[in-house]
Amino acid sequence: MKNPVPHIIRQQTFWVSPERCLLWEEENTLIVADLHLGKSGHFRKEGIGIPQSIYKADLQRLMAQLYLYKADRLIIAGDFTHSTANKELDLFLKWRKDFSLLHIDLVKGNHDILADSWYEAAGIRVSSWKLQAGPFLFLHDLKAAADLSAEERSSYLFTGHMHPAVTLKGKGKQSLRFPCFYFTKEYAVLPAFSRFTGGYKVQPAKDEQVYALVEGGLLLLP
Amino acid sequence: MPPSTGYTTVFNWLEAKGFRPFLFQEETWKQIGAGESGLVNAPTGCGKTYSVFLGCLIRYINLYPDSYKNKKEAGLQLIWITPLRALAKDIGRAMEEVLQELEIPWKVGIRNGDTPAAERTRQKKNMPEILIITPESLHLLLAQKGYPVLFQSLSLVAVDEWHELLGSKRGVQVELAISRLVHNRGSNDEPAPMVWGISATIGNLEEAREVLLSPLRKKGVIVKADLQKQIIIESVFPDEIEKYPWAGHLGIRLAHKIIPIIQNSRTTLIFINTRGMSETWYQTLLDLCPDLAGAIALHHGSIDMELRNWIEDNLHSGNLKAVVCTASLDLGVDFRPVETVIQVGSPKGVARFLQRAGRSGHRPDASSKIYFLPTHSLELMEAAALKSAIEEKMIESRVPFTLCYDVLLQYLNTLAISEGFTSDQLYAEIISTHCYRTLSREEWIQIIHFVTEGGQAMHQYDDFKKVEYENGLYKINSRKIAMRHRLHIGTIVSDAMLKVKFISGGYVGVIEEYFISRLDPGDVFTLAGRNLEFVLIKDMTVLVRKSTQKKSIVPSWNGGRMPLSANLGKKLRATLNQLHNGNSEGLVELKALEPLFELQARLSHVPAENELLIEQIETKDGFHLFVYPFEGRLVHEAMAAILAWRISRIRPITFSFAMNDYGFELLSDQPVPVDDTNVYELFSPDNLLTDIQRSVNNTEMARRKFRDVAVIGGLIFQGMPGEKKKARHLQSSASLLFNVFSEYDPGNLLLRQSYQEVLDQQMEEARLRDMLQRIQNSRIVIRFPEQLTPFCFPIKVDSMREDLSSEKLEDRVRKMQQQLQ
Repeated sequence: MKNPVPHIIRQQTFWVSPERCLLWEEENTLIVADLHLGKSGHFRKEGIGIPQSIYKADLQRLMAQLYLYKADRLIIAGDFTHSTANKELDLFLKWRKDFSLLHIDLVKGNHDILADSWYEAAGIRVSSWKLQAGPFLFLHDLKAAADLSAEERSSYLFTGHMHPAVTLKGKGKQSLRFPCFYFTKEYAVLPAFSRFTGGYKVQPAKDEQVYALVEGGLLLLP
Repeated sequence: MPPSTGYTTVFNWLEAKGFRPFLFQEETWKQIGAGESGLVNAPTGCGKTYSVFLGCLIRYINLYPDSYKNKKEAGLQLIWITPLRALAKDIGRAMEEVLQELEIPWKVGIRNGDTPAAERTRQKKNMPEILIITPESLHLLLAQKGYPVLFQSLSLVAVDEWHELLGSKRGVQVELAISRLVHNRGSNDEPAPMVWGISATIGNLEEAREVLLSPLRKKGVIVKADLQKQIIIESVFPDEIEKYPWAGHLGIRLAHKIIPIIQNSRTTLIFINTRGMSETWYQTLLDLCPDLAGAIALHHGSIDMELRNWIEDNLHSGNLKAVVCTASLDLGVDFRPVETVIQVGSPKGVARFLQRAGRSGHRPDASSKIYFLPTHSLELMEAAALKSAIEEKMIESRVPFTLCYDVLLQYLNTLAISEGFTSDQLYAEIISTHCYRTLSREEWIQIIHFVTEGGQAMHQYDDFKKVEYENGLYKINSRKIAMRHRLHIGTIVSDAMLKVKFISGGYVGVIEEYFISRLDPGDVFTLAGRNLEFVLIKDMTVLVRKSTQKKSIVPSWNGGRMPLSANLGKKLRATLNQLHNGNSEGLVELKALEPLFELQARLSHVPAENELLIEQIETKDGFHLFVYPFEGRLVHEAMAAILAWRISRIRPITFSFAMNDYGFELLSDQPVPVDDTNVYELFSPDNLLTDIQRSVNNTEMARRKFRDVAVIGGLIFQGMPGEKKKARHLQSSASLLFNVFSEYDPGNLLLRQSYQEVLDQQMEEARLRDMLQRIQNSRIVIRFPEQLTPFCFPIKVDSMREDLSSEKLEDRVRKMQQQLQ
């Protein structure tokens, strides 16, 4: 499947996209997690020559998705940037001007360590660790759910942080790992938007769904 | 010409001790006196150190015949590069003794990872005349500001155990360091220091010399010590030859047979191929012979350094009756009390077997005695092959590495943090080495670009910073980057290791992180011969307590599994030929194997030297295709992938592979379309490269190689064992970087190098090609046996190994053997 597929949660439609994002149709909102913007720049500043085109490609993919859906709002479930400020983030600021009408919400993740003034300048509304939107609640790390109130816990959770990946086994002892979306009855874990990220292996239970990102398309498991 | 003062002084000193110099020592002294460079070819334990070292002293005495006894602070004269830290201490002690007796007021300094900081500072202020150093520490010195002055007085660079360093990235480090030392002169009129290598016998001594002396642009000499030592090889036979052999159980069952060998010999070294098996052997020997407790020790790379030192000291003094060890004791100074060596399992190569045999019998008139204990009955064939290979001096070559971009990148950074470099001069130096002699200008520019610009970048939005260009000089100015680089100089990349400590205190050793990650608290594992209960991991340290539990898990270390060498493979095929002709005259091993080969001949065929045997067998698992080229597991792995790909073009078909050092298996759920009409084509050397690239494994293998390349090339920073990981935001896995580079910078040099290393080292492309050529000229024999044969059985068992626990495997193998017999 190269095209986005609908996934219904609490009577709302979320389009699962092979471009590592979700579109919440009713609210015209794009949902992403773990962009790690400026990660290549951080490495480069320390003298490690990561090709910078990966950063450009990540940004372009995000831009393309926003254009494609003409989304009004972007919710980021944490780890928007990777580390301290660097020149790569200046490119984001420049780019932000072309999307001046877009609302951006960030639920802070462990990597989001920039100064408040930076988010302000970038026109990003920041929630320190959770964000409620209708029957849905956005967190960065699923572990933080333990601190939610009983009422909040009845919401369906969208989280990131884990960079989930599944292993598909082939014949002849071959196995390959793919990033994936991971949906359970109570929560969803998004794949890392950035392609410059590793993965943590998940093993879906019977009543859970996993969409593996395989060669630019989606593969629904099981 | 009358003998020189230096010669007379040294000769008289030796004579007073009752020694006479060997011919090769005198020859080396003469050459050094004449300012020549070269290579000394001598086995350990016959005064090879004295050849070069005394030569250096004689020359010095001759330079200052009247004042050599009082000249203070002569400056650094001799750099002695050794691959092993453990060797440094003993060599240093021996040198100091000589200096003292000859009344030469030189100091000997040791420089390696264990040298305390205070000693380093002292050396920096006041350089000793002799420095014994590892390749890594030598590069660390080159990373120090002001190093050119330190090395200005240098007259000789000696490289000990050059055969060990050659054919490794550490050898490349030595080449680079020598190119710097040779070119580090105040003016062009001053002579470059001499370069001398010391090497055991290898197949390509001439090339070894050429590589070492390449920066000098001199041919140099080879001085050979013609000292023949007799080697006696004796096999340990099982009482009954198993007709269906399989690797991994027979060895231990023969353990009782070596108890008398141990008891009848002063000291015995027992070489085991893997660390995991060495733990098992240590336990087994103790169980069989409890009297050995306290007189037997276990020595391998994961055991605490102090304990290892203790074991080595006690080997010297003869307090130990036996030591179970791995390649960890291949090198090093001689342990005189060692009378006997036992090799368990295939040594995989002639050179390694000789080296191990040579660890016994050190008195000049003594012969070396080595026992060979097979881990499955077919290995007895190797004993026969080894005997004949040693007789014919068929010793393996060490193929030097070329164009290691990773080591070069590291070296550029090393120079950039000390004195900086200029592009033209350094390029000229670099291409004076053997490793980089074909490095093109374009590649050089690409490398400079990589360290200064970080490869591809969007210039406006980039703050890449590493090597900076100022006034014609390339330098690293950031202290942070310099510091990090110093911590990562070296080319030995190990798996993430954790320290293992007792909760009550006390260090046991180190262990791979990935092994521990599969354990639960309460599990018991074996390390350093002790059963330990895993308690918890804290601060990157594994805390354990002693366990009395009998059952424990033996860690499987990820050590490289050496493939069978080309020479030994060739000899094996020749040995088979004897069996084919029914001529096992005089070879006890082959005689013992007769029943096995009779069965093989009855069910299938015993191939002659100019034949390749292919067996097609159908079992309930599917359709098997077994091929026996006897070329070692790496070549087999590559060949299996290529063959599978070529067959799948005839008809869509999928396979699983298995292989050992003798042959490989393709298994499919449908008949395999290989017969007389297409078999030569399937084994054709044509289009080999394209077919390798198309066979799936290529990328996965390169991905594995990339890890080391990326660490050496400075893309990945590893923490030290036990050290808390710092700089978390700078961590990335090699696999991720491999993806990123493959997709966004496919021309990257380090990426290219990984693929090249797969071809050269993993697939052994040259050997693969030779093999295919050989097969084209030989007779391919295809047989369709009704049941599994003695040849294919061990491969079949190996393919089941990964899915089964060892007890279950043992059960199943027994059942299979019963069904077949």
